[in-house]
Amino acid sequence: MLELAIGAVLVNNILLIQYLGNCPFLGTSKKMDTAVGMAMAVVFVLAMAGIVTWIIYYVLLVPFGLEYIRTLAFILVIAALVQFVELFLKKSIPALYAGLGIFLPLITTNCAVFGVCIINIDEEFVFLKMLVSSIAYPVGFGLALILFAGLRERLIIGRVPTPMQDTAIGLVTAGFMSLSFLGFKGMI
Amino acid sequence: MSETSLVQELTKGLWEEIPPFRLVLGLCPTLAVTKAVDTGFGMGLALTFVLVCSNILVSLGRKVIPPKVRVPCFIIIIATFVVIVELVMQAYTYSLFLRLGIFIPLIVVNCIVLGRAEAFAYKQGLGRSIFDGLGMGIGFTLSLSVLGSIREIFGAGTWAGMELFGASFQPFTFMVEAPGAFVCLGLMLGVMNLAGKK
Repeated sequence: MLELAIGAVLVNNILLIQYLGNCPFLGTSKKMDTAVGMAMAVVFVLAMAGIVTWIIYYVLLVPFGLEYIRTLAFILVIAALVQFVELFLKKSIPALYAGLGIFLPLITTNCAVFGVCIINIDEEFVFLKMLVSSIAYPVGFGLALILFAGLRERLIIGRVPTPMQDTAIGLVTAGFMSLSFLGFKGMI
Repeated sequence: MSETSLVQELTKGLWEEIPPFRLVLGLCPTLAVTKAVDTGFGMGLALTFVLVCSNILVSLGRKVIPPKVRVPCFIIIIATFVVIVELVMQAYTYSLFLRLGIFIPLIVVNCIVLGRAEAFAYKQGLGRSIFDGLGMGIGFTLSLSVLGSIREIFGAGTWAGMELFGASFQPFTFMVEAPGAFVCLGLMLGVMNLAGKK
């Protein structure tokens, strides 16, 4: 269990090693506070989406032999869930809602969320393992995102050649971060 | 926008707004499936199919779909075509299907498809939308093939499975690992920015 958790956070880091969720990674990492907001929103939604999609897959789709429409089912569930979470937070925890702000609706199209839900099914995780992976993967996402935002804030000060500015240098930086995460490979 | 000809709609996807580079959308598959040229190309084709079909449906339904629930509608349309692609690939190109793995269902959340539906097909007529989807799809396929070629040639010394350098070549495995993808894409973006400035 611990192995799975460490593996998901560091060794198989969802952003840098599995390449999921890169659009928000580059989009929201220009400032530290947006990065923190996005990271929190992803952890929150993914934990719920993982549980709900897993239950739907095994309770609804498998008994009726409908495994092949899981893509359609999952994306609908995630979209609905995000809306629901948004409404719920707005009503009951306004402080958190204000903090997550615009990042919640963006999560619907975050490949990390959808990707982890699919990984949970493909790896045939039992409930507890699914729970660990649904929490550990987004934690890894948040970790990488926040570290990267820190680096990017520094890059603004640095002197970067004009054609390489912004996204280009961001990608190269991500490459080197990914290289350092590759170094965790021997851990498990 | 309405002044541009159909040919321009097609060609803008090839250079001016070439998807992964100019728009910086759809990066996940771009990075993940370009370890080799054939997976990149296969992914590009799958995405082109989904993009054209979803553009057609969104464009046809743009008067029917209410603005408030347009995004869920787009997602259902896109997801339907992704399921079709998934099943077709599983049936006819099984080895490619296995190598692309999780990234086929992930076309659903590819920002390019949703982005084109939202920014283009929902506002434009059928003809334009088809050409836009086709252009974007070809541009995406092209980018992925080029990136895949670079990474495969340097990382494995082969191109589409063919040996290029003979046995003495020491593969530059950095390129086929995750970091190589980021660095390679970043450098390509830099080169394109340089070329585009002239």
